[in-house]
Amino acid sequence: MVRVIQLIVDNTSGVLSRISGLFSRRGYNIESITAGITADPRYTRITIVTSGDENILEQIEKQVGKLIDVRDIRVLEPAESVYRELVLIKVKVGEDKRQALVTVCDVFRAKIIDITTDSMIIELTGTQSKINAFIEMLSDYEILEIARTGIAGLRRGSEGVVNLND
Amino acid sequence: MIGADAVVKCLEKEGVTTLFGYPGVAICPFFNSILNTKIESILVRSEQNAAHAASGYARVSGKAGVCVATSGPGATNLITGIATAYADSIPLICITGQVDSNLLGSDVFQEADITGAAESFVKYSYLVKDVSDIPRIMKEAFHIAQTGRKGPVLIDIPIDIQNKTIQNFRYPESVNLRTYKPTVKGHAVQLKKVSKELGRAKKPLICAGGGVILSGAQKELCDFSHKYKIPVVSTMMGISAMSSSDPLYYGMIGNNGRSCANKAMQESDLLIVIGARIADRAVSSPDLVAKDTVLIHIDVDPAEIGKNVGPTIPIVGDIKHIFNDLAKDTVQCNFKIWTDTLDRYRNAEKPRKKPHKGYVDPALFVTTLSNRLNDRAVYVADVGQNQMWSCMYYVAKSGRFLTSGGMGTMGYSIPAAIGAKMADKRLQVVAVCGDGSFQMSMNELATMAENKTDVKVIVFNNGYLGLVREYQHNTYNKKYSMVDLGSYPDLSKIAEAYSMPYLRLSDNKDMEKAIDDLLATKGSAIMECIIDPMDTVK
Repeated sequence: MVRVIQLIVDNTSGVLSRISGLFSRRGYNIESITAGITADPRYTRITIVTSGDENILEQIEKQVGKLIDVRDIRVLEPAESVYRELVLIKVKVGEDKRQALVTVCDVFRAKIIDITTDSMIIELTGTQSKINAFIEMLSDYEILEIARTGIAGLRRGSEGVVNLND
Repeated sequence: MIGADAVVKCLEKEGVTTLFGYPGVAICPFFNSILNTKIESILVRSEQNAAHAASGYARVSGKAGVCVATSGPGATNLITGIATAYADSIPLICITGQVDSNLLGSDVFQEADITGAAESFVKYSYLVKDVSDIPRIMKEAFHIAQTGRKGPVLIDIPIDIQNKTIQNFRYPESVNLRTYKPTVKGHAVQLKKVSKELGRAKKPLICAGGGVILSGAQKELCDFSHKYKIPVVSTMMGISAMSSSDPLYYGMIGNNGRSCANKAMQESDLLIVIGARIADRAVSSPDLVAKDTVLIHIDVDPAEIGKNVGPTIPIVGDIKHIFNDLAKDTVQCNFKIWTDTLDRYRNAEKPRKKPHKGYVDPALFVTTLSNRLNDRAVYVADVGQNQMWSCMYYVAKSGRFLTSGGMGTMGYSIPAAIGAKMADKRLQVVAVCGDGSFQMSMNELATMAENKTDVKVIVFNNGYLGLVREYQHNTYNKKYSMVDLGSYPDLSKIAEAYSMPYLRLSDNKDMEKAIDDLLATKGSAIMECIIDPMDTVK
């Protein structure tokens, strides 16, 4: 089972290492982890995609919740949340096939952000399944490099970090 | 006032009267500042033992123990002691010196990333980068160590920060930790369920862990058990939560526990686990417990609940508070048939087989010793066969039984006993160890001698690392490897070297007199008990 967990943590030094350290020493999976400042500069948002059975997922929430720097922990349920991931893909492509690739990019609303005589860098933002489908579509081309950011997510509705009680 | 003065001032504000430490250049500003105070600073003989001593101190005083070491090897030597305290949820404040903050990360002499290295064994850690943060950090550290599920907190202070001038020192009255608010009161709806299940149960059982003692809820546990006549068993860390003479106490559970306690666990239909992890040594297969038993798990740490066994009714909060709340309710129930059954199991227990002639029976010794100790005495058990014998045969009165339960750290008993004695000099303190564990911390005999610390050290000498030998006996078909300790050192000479009286016991018939002689000795003393090398726990 895959779960997206959102942590709001105190913006202190070493906080990311405390969280990733906890995952590694207790043997929890991290499929992706992203961190960035929130609307309130005292806090950092960390979005972790993890997997495991129900028991493990419950332990993950409890153990992470115990960390002193962790202010809030939420599961981002797919039905109540939006997720996005950004990917940069460098493809080897010459003039002959360039137009065909541009057509694929258009369908996925991907942007071409760099171009040379024999390569292109494409930027795409979307859900993980959209990105996976896009990468699948590029299987006819030689992919030189992929850089994925991991998931960023938010819960729908008016709730926000600024509503956290002190 | 410089940073080091500020740290000392904070310790005074927290009421610290004793600390355990070992110096080095990087912590010298601190040890210089401590000269101007009334805080008693005990020089140990290795940093690991500073942490163990602070642990013994914390367990007897109920307040965080403080240990202080220098950077690099001093700090890394602390780690085993910190991990030992962490595993048993003992509150410690560990202060380490660090190299100059401008040199951090450049691998200079005696630099070690101690906050990184100790990360998985501390409740929290700080690397102080600004001298003005010291009062806040110290206040937070004591708060974190001593509340919720207790544990060690590490504060790493670079030498330049210790030497920097601090403006307007003010110790905060309260902490403002937005992210740390441990639950104290149990949830009312959940508490109601306890009464409901008690009214329904036929064979309830309380399993008390170390959390009962950490919460100071021994009396509340007894009151609750007596009110309904609910039988009680304990984990190793829960020993001394209830008096052995209490008819409702059926002993320790687990691999090396009493058969009546384990039978009670298996047959109970309502198991109330309080402040215990239900880890592998206590219950061989934790899944078995909950099958058709209603399980109530009370713990201050929500992450413990459901970690090893699935709970029916979880209650998170401080155990003392929860008992006080539970006491407000009264349920009609009668468990006489159940306790009669358990009494039958208890009476049917077979006595342990006697060892060969010319050796001391460790079981008889532990029983005799603990019977002859003062009511409030502190008994510190080390790790190995001696620990098994100690926890199986220790007779709890109103004193304390200390041991390294979670981590099983050899060499714990002598330094922890020193710390326990320092915490309350009126208490009688004994350390019971094996010849292996004794040699892991016998350097602390010097600390005892220098400080005239009255601790009686008892060494079960069988010339073997007995518990491993026993394991190899059973698992590797008597092929012993790396367990023969031989016949050195001569303990009488060790005792002489530290000017301590030495007693030797090799026959059961002299036991009572020898123990009385030992306990009557003024100041510390060493007693060697000759144990059959082939004697086993089971």
